[in-house]
Amino acid sequence: MIAQPRILTDEMIAQIEALAPRYPNRRALTLPALHIVNAALRYVPLQAVVEIADVLGLAPAEVQDTLTFYQFFHQEKPCGNVRAFVCRSISCALRGGDELLTHLCHKNGIDPYGTTPNGELTIEPAECLGACDFAPCILANDDLLKNMTPETAEAELKKPRARAT
Amino acid sequence: MQPFKPVLLEAVGVPDGQTIASYRSRGGYEPLEQVLKQKQPVDVVEMVKASGLRGRGGAGFSTGLKWTFLPKDHPGPIYLCINADESEPGTFNNRILMEDDPHQVIEGIILSAYATRASTAYIYLRYEYPQSWQRLQTAIDEAYAAGYLGKNIKGSSFSLDIYLHRGAAAYICGEETGLIESLEGKRAWPRIKPPFPAIEGLFRKPTVVNNIETMACVAQIARRGVDWFRSIGVPADPNNPRDPGSYGPKLYCLSGHVERPGCYETPLGITARQLIDEFGGGVWKGRKAKAVIPGGISMGLMTEAELDTPLDFAGPGKVGCLGLGTAAVVVIDETVSIVDFLHNSCRFFAHESCGQCTPCREGTSWSLRMLERIKAGKGRLRDLDLLAEIGNTMGMMPGSTICGLADGAAWPIKNAIKKFRGEFEDYIKQTNPQGWMVTDPVPALQIVGSH
Repeated sequence: MIAQPRILTDEMIAQIEALAPRYPNRRALTLPALHIVNAALRYVPLQAVVEIADVLGLAPAEVQDTLTFYQFFHQEKPCGNVRAFVCRSISCALRGGDELLTHLCHKNGIDPYGTTPNGELTIEPAECLGACDFAPCILANDDLLKNMTPETAEAELKKPRARAT
Repeated sequence: MQPFKPVLLEAVGVPDGQTIASYRSRGGYEPLEQVLKQKQPVDVVEMVKASGLRGRGGAGFSTGLKWTFLPKDHPGPIYLCINADESEPGTFNNRILMEDDPHQVIEGIILSAYATRASTAYIYLRYEYPQSWQRLQTAIDEAYAAGYLGKNIKGSSFSLDIYLHRGAAAYICGEETGLIESLEGKRAWPRIKPPFPAIEGLFRKPTVVNNIETMACVAQIARRGVDWFRSIGVPADPNNPRDPGSYGPKLYCLSGHVERPGCYETPLGITARQLIDEFGGGVWKGRKAKAVIPGGISMGLMTEAELDTPLDFAGPGKVGCLGLGTAAVVVIDETVSIVDFLHNSCRFFAHESCGQCTPCREGTSWSLRMLERIKAGKGRLRDLDLLAEIGNTMGMMPGSTICGLADGAAWPIKNAIKKFRGEFEDYIKQTNPQGWMVTDPVPALQIVGSH
């Protein structure tokens, strides 16, 4: 077997280990570890799953099993620099959430869950973002975009943003 | 009605209201210090039991009673999990509490941990709340620095650590045993009960799972007393020995087609109409409401004629809804097609069914496939009976699933078809003049993706 360069950095592993005293076993670190890797790489490729499993003393299948339950972690390629969740649940849908999603995908030439070719923007439908008082809304990285219209949303998503934590 | 001064939302709009200095200046953490000096854990349990506080997360179970299910004299550890996976469509009251007054929540958690003898509390926070994450973490750090968390809190023998644990965008993690499984690092598949979490929960230890707003209520009960709490809301029905009453203030989330969406605090028992007219500025654009969701989408629908129903724990059930739920009121105006509403609801539940129980996994995805077909102009009247059959057979109440997600998926279907059947029939006949009467099996238009 050809040795591949390690994906998890020492810093990521240190971040995971720093959380270990919080839990009575290492399996509970699965979701925090996935978040740490995802925040750094914007995706969690299979190789990273194997390495997380190694760090946690689990079988890779156990980590992959948990990962695939959530549609949250991409595995094929990294998300865009901005990952935009467009809410389509009832309160946003009543105020144009579905149309917002369709418009943004059309304008950026991608399908839902897709990333623009330049790697800048990923657009995903989301279920209730819990900001129904500002419907329709979008979560772009860590920023909640409130009371969006197709035009304001289009402009907002062109802006550079701090990475998601 | 006497104007009600917000208590749980006292800090909203206060500059720097989220800081420990602001919370202390409003009297915060004093009750905790008094409790640690003067009261035993059992006294706190009795206080919360006597207050009649019912869990604010959706099921409305008595909080104090839930705590008493923990085994007596257990050597520990006992865990406290705080459910901040607020994902019910229309609901955002916990977000506002965590962002605007996180110390109120933390004081409630410390009091509840003291009562339940837990020395570790996990806040399971949904991914979609980055600002809550930051505000809570800052507040937890402040509480450690001020000696309200950590070892031997304020010189007592009581120690507590609070940890934030972040979810990954899955509705089912709001189900308490789904939350526990997710926290343990597994797929968030709800567990078969019994054993209930109080006996065997997180890491197979006795566990209490409580909601964020419930914690805020505990803090206020400690501060203002049992009598204050019981003076608010709807007393128990004397003719119904099983009604524990609906006491205390409640955060109602108002959204959808109203002029002023927002989170409003009133005594339990306000009617939907009062909430919409007095707080929400009425239905938007001068229109009428066609239907109103009483407490998150899984509670079903009230019609315009049912809007005078009091939104207490017993109210929505009297008009055929599932219950009060999260008290998230979503207004749907007269221009909305009920077909579109039900399609949205079915899409949500098909996406969020965890896939563990066949009736829910298949029922939610088939109901969506049928609604897709009806919307595409290929509906048949027979579909309404099929949808009703799905609604009547999936869930904990018919006894076919492990958790209540399927009941929540079923209720909008059942309510919509029962209360708006005529509109469905008209829609189907108008959009499918050739085939509405067909009863032969027909294929779905497309495969539906889900969790």
